[in-house]
Amino acid sequence: MEFISIAVIPLMFFGIIGYGLVKKVKVFDSFIFGAKDGLETSFAILPSLIALLTAISMFRASGALDILTELISPLLSLIRFPKELAPLALMRPISGSGALAIVKGMLEQFGPDSFLGRSASVMMGSTETTFYTLAVYFGSINIKDTRYTVKAALLADLTGMVASVYVVRLMLC
Amino acid sequence: MINYIWSGLMLISLVTALFTGKLEIVTNAAMEGASEAVSMSLSLLGMICLWTGIMKIAQDSGTIDIFARTMRPVTKLLFPRLPENCEACDAIVMNMVANIFGMANAATPLGLKAMKELSRLNKSAVASHEMCMFVVINTASLQLIPSTVIALRHGAKNPFEIIVPVWIVSLLSIMAGAGAARLFSLRE
Repeated sequence: MEFISIAVIPLMFFGIIGYGLVKKVKVFDSFIFGAKDGLETSFAILPSLIALLTAISMFRASGALDILTELISPLLSLIRFPKELAPLALMRPISGSGALAIVKGMLEQFGPDSFLGRSASVMMGSTETTFYTLAVYFGSINIKDTRYTVKAALLADLTGMVASVYVVRLMLC
Repeated sequence: MINYIWSGLMLISLVTALFTGKLEIVTNAAMEGASEAVSMSLSLLGMICLWTGIMKIAQDSGTIDIFARTMRPVTKLLFPRLPENCEACDAIVMNMVANIFGMANAATPLGLKAMKELSRLNKSAVASHEMCMFVVINTASLQLIPSTVIALRHGAKNPFEIIVPVWIVSLLSIMAGAGAARLFSLRE
């Protein structure tokens, strides 16, 4: 299992560059063009990252985060969900930059090789910014009645959040 | 929504700080948070550009199209009522492949095109079952390599160890979402 995790990126790089050469793509030019795109994306998310990281940093420093987590912790211990992961689970469906900021904080506080650091990483990597997607996709074609979409999407998120903790417990600890 | 969340976080922090006597700490935290955002996006910059660069090669060589062709049976399973080889199907497949390869910039326009094609088949302000299913899949993560998180994990013994767990969790969450969407659509 660990071998797959280590090998998948080198294999992808080899396959993509090799196949590009076979297909006579100017691979270097393509890479530069694509990387420029990445540069623009990174700078495009910077303003919202600044806004959210500032707010989250303040929320944590003021002690408000501790109060909030204490309030919902009885519910979480019922499903053996660590309360340290609650802020991330709450933020993830709402804001990608905000969630990323929380993950960064957790990796610094607990370490990337800790149970909490690993769970936060898996949670971040296996879920999406649900409410943003809902708003953009349905908003683009003026759909007012989204029927059962929100219910199903949130059920998928909940499954992902809880499964992250259990899968990390089973596979990485 | 993000307006309320952001202002809520700020205002609640300030009020709490007033009661806990941590006003000074919170002011410092605000400035640290802002500068941390800049150093964080700089540290992620390299990995993001490396990834989008490699993916551009895959796009130009037609690797993405090959994957799109192998995805056909999956779309047939998820959208049984769509006619074969329609414009909506093409956009849906390309959107899913773009998501799998983490090409967010390409995925969103393709997804919006798919929604437009689906609304041409639907012609109503109420979402069709296909739209609901498609949006549910897009709110779940299909991404094969969670490159941003891996970049954040520098300093770990093995930053890549999360890849297989991420696949398992993503699959579980998509199955829950798609399964729920199908059940709800049958009940209505």
